[in-house]
Amino acid sequence: MTPPQRQRRDAVPEPPTPQAGEDKPGNPERMYVVAGPDGERAELDLVTLIVARATDPPPSASPEQAALLRLCAAPLSVAELSAYLHLPFSAMGVLLTELLTAELVQARAPIVRKARSDRSLLEAVMNGLQRL
Amino acid sequence: MDFNGSDTIPGPRTEDQLPHTAQAAAKIVIVGGFGVGKTTMVGSVSEITPLTTEETMTQAGIGVDDNFGSASKTATTVAMDFGRISITDQLVLYLFGTPGQQRFWFLWNGLFEGALGAVVLVDTRRLEVSFDVMGRLEERGVPFVVAINSFPDAPRYDLEELRTALDLTPDIPIIECDARRRASSRDVLMTLMRFLHSLAMTGSLT
Ligand SMILES: Nc1nc2c(ncn2[C@@H]2O[C@H](COP(=O)(O)OP(=O)(O)O)[C@@H](O)[C@H]2O)c(=O)[nH]1
Ligand SMILES: [Mg+2]
Repeated sequence: MTPPQRQRRDAVPEPPTPQAGEDKPGNPERMYVVAGPDGERAELDLVTLIVARATDPPPSASPEQAALLRLCAAPLSVAELSAYLHLPFSAMGVLLTELLTAELVQARAPIVRKARSDRSLLEAVMNGLQRL
Repeated sequence: MDFNGSDTIPGPRTEDQLPHTAQAAAKIVIVGGFGVGKTTMVGSVSEITPLTTEETMTQAGIGVDDNFGSASKTATTVAMDFGRISITDQLVLYLFGTPGQQRFWFLWNGLFEGALGAVVLVDTRRLEVSFDVMGRLEERGVPFVVAINSFPDAPRYDLEELRTALDLTPDIPIIECDARRRASSRDVLMTLMRFLHSLAMTGSLT
């Protein structure tokens, strides 16, 4: 029996944008959060780590904010926060921007793929996997 | 979700909490068609019980059953399972099991752009389901390896025959696995990391 045949594709400079009406997702915009005291913006990633700066939420915190602050007493990724809070990823941006602006949480930027990959990082991951 | 009873929102178990020293996290995506074993693979290597993040996607009701012929909008909830592996006290690795349809990929910022790399999980009973996924990864320059998840009633092909059928360049690793087994899933991840390492050595990572 012969398997079906695929044809390789070439890298394209810009990822193709989805066709309107057909493939267009409801919320394709990039999500940004204020990540520093100087108002600098950073992209919110699924694996940005969030840590509460204080153990107890202030009385002014909304129930949603308080719930999030309690969850990230220890570092927790945005994906995990979304899962535990049963909130879609897109809702995390708003919530976290408020908390970052109020300096109630700290965000630790993710490691993302770069043009030239960091070999020591890859070696660390391999060592970690070996212990699994 | 009712946040007024927010004291009761269950978070990670104490033993599942990351240490305060955790500085940064990286991610890997496991991508493939429905039922190919993505959630199984995530679960077999994860140190936590896999969690789910959801996103809602609205799309025009084209091709959707519509008895009245009016333009309708449908909201689709897309779920993505993920797991976690602590690499060191400072570094954490997350694994995301992602549906193969590209229109879902936009829902999560930088899911593929930021990932270290991808595992394309393939079921030889439905080989062609993975074709589009591989094409999209190639177009976007996301490095990937191919893992053949072995189901008992699946046709068995020689790996080189599969390489030809999948039109993979000789450098792209292709391996068989059993997603239910931790050691086997770990080997798949190791294969991806070795591949990324070799790309870093030759500097050919785009
Ligand atoms: N025989 C066999 N069954 C598997 C394997 N991996 C997954 N399955 C089964 O296939 C079904 C679908 O797996 P799942 O992980 O939910 O697929 P997903 O839709 O890609 O997340 C489940 O019933 C699994 O138990 C495998 O390696 N071998
Ligand atoms: Mg699944």
